[in-house]
Amino acid sequence: MAGTAVSGRLAWRVARLAEARVETPTARTLVFDIPGWPGHLAGQHVDVRLTAADGYTAQRSYSLAAPADGDRVELTVQRVPDGEVSEHLTGRYAVGDPVEIRGPVGGWFVWRPADPAPVLLVAGGSGIVPLMAMIRARRAAGSKALFRLVYSLRTPAERYYAEELRRPVAGLDVTYVYTRELPEGQPGIPRRIGVATLNTAGWPADFGATSYVCGPTGFVETVADILLALGHDPHTIRTERFGPSRD
Amino acid sequence: MGVVTPGFTGRAHSGDPRLPPGQYLARDFPVLSAGPTPRVRTDDWEFTVVTESGEKRAWSWRELLALPSEKFTVDIHCVTQWSKLDTRWRGVRVETLIGDLTTSADYVMARSYGGYTTNLPLADLLDGQAWVAYEYNGKPLTPEHGGPARLLVPHLYFWKSAKWVRGLQLTTKDDPGFWETAGYHDYGDPWREQRYQGD
Repeated sequence: MAGTAVSGRLAWRVARLAEARVETPTARTLVFDIPGWPGHLAGQHVDVRLTAADGYTAQRSYSLAAPADGDRVELTVQRVPDGEVSEHLTGRYAVGDPVEIRGPVGGWFVWRPADPAPVLLVAGGSGIVPLMAMIRARRAAGSKALFRLVYSLRTPAERYYAEELRRPVAGLDVTYVYTRELPEGQPGIPRRIGVATLNTAGWPADFGATSYVCGPTGFVETVADILLALGHDPHTIRTERFGPSRD
Repeated sequence: MGVVTPGFTGRAHSGDPRLPPGQYLARDFPVLSAGPTPRVRTDDWEFTVVTESGEKRAWSWRELLALPSEKFTVDIHCVTQWSKLDTRWRGVRVETLIGDLTTSADYVMARSYGGYTTNLPLADLLDGQAWVAYEYNGKPLTPEHGGPARLLVPHLYFWKSAKWVRGLQLTTKDDPGFWETAGYHDYGDPWREQRYQGD
C-alpha cells in the first residue's frame, strides 16, 4: 500500500481498459489493467493522460473509485460538456485502448482501514466517487468502523453505484437527499442538504468522527459550514472540491 | 511521445505560449482546499514575519492596508491542470513586509489561519515576485479564495500561494509544508511540471 508520501518520481504507466460499465446516462465506470500498479488508499486520485496521433496530450485528475486490487484500477468519469478528456473517456474510449495513468496522489483526503473512528461521508453528485472507494475499502478490510453516507443528487437517475448501495451493509447507513426530483412514490418535496439533514444523518460532534465532504464548491462550502455550526472540530473535516466558485 | 489513444484528437489546440505544459485554460476560478473555509474577521486579523533568530514584525489589518500596495496582473497555474491568464490583484509586496529585518535564512514557511502551511525559498518571494494580496478583480478577496488575504506567488503552482495567510516564518532549513508532506513537489515550478515529489 502507498504511504502518505510518494517516494521517487511518479511514473506514467500504460493502462488498458479492461471493463466499462454505464453508471448513469452521463457517467461511465472504467476498470483498467495497469501492470506494476503500486497500490493506493481510498480517497486518493490519479492523473490520466491522453495522447493524440499528432502528439497533442491532455491530462486530468480523477478520484479512484475502488480500493487497491492488484493491477486493477477503477475510475468513474462524468461527462463534462465540452470536456476534451471526459468526452473521450465516456464516449469512444473502448476496451483494450490504452491511456497513461500515474499516481496514486494525495495523502490527506484518505481513509485508512486501521482507523476505528466513526466516519461521515457527504457526497454531492459525482463527489460520491472517492467516498465509494472508502465504503468499498471498509468492506474489503472487514472494518467495523461505523460509516454514514449522505448522498445529495438532483434526481434518482443520477445515482452512481445504485445497486451496490441498495444492498444493506451492517454499520453503513445511507441517506439520500434529492434536490430536483424524488424517487417515484417517495413522499415529501425535493430539498437541498441542510442543518436538519446533517444533524439527523451525521454524527454528534462529540463522537470523534472524521468527516469527508466531496462535491461542487458551493455544496462543500455549505456542508463544511453546517458541520462547523454543529460543533465539529475543523480539523476533523476533510474536503475535496471541484468546479467553480460562486462568484 | 506518449502512448497514442486511438480516436483521441483533443480540443482545438490553443497553442497559447503562456500556458505551461499540461495546463488548460479555465474559464471560471476553481476553489481547492483541504478543509472548511476559515472565516477570519479583519478586526482579528494579524500578519507576522518572524526571522530564524526570533525577530518579529506584526501588522493589523488597518496597518497592512496603510502599507504601499500595488495592482498587478499575473497568470496563475494550479497543479490540478487549470490556468488562468491575466488575473488582476492588489496587495503588498513581500519584500515590503520583510523590510529591514536581518536574516540569513534561505527558506520561508508560510502559515495560514486554519493550520495550512507551505514552504518556499525566500529568494522566490523577493524582487517583486510575491505579494500578500487582498483584492481580486477590484474587490475584496472572498473567503473561499483565501480572503481576507492570501500569499500570491504566481510563478509557482498555486498551492504555494497560501490562502488565509497569517504569517511567514524565515528558516535556515527547508521543511515540507502541508501538501509537500502529502507527496507534492518541494518547489513546484509549472514550467518544469514539478507536480509531485521527484518530478
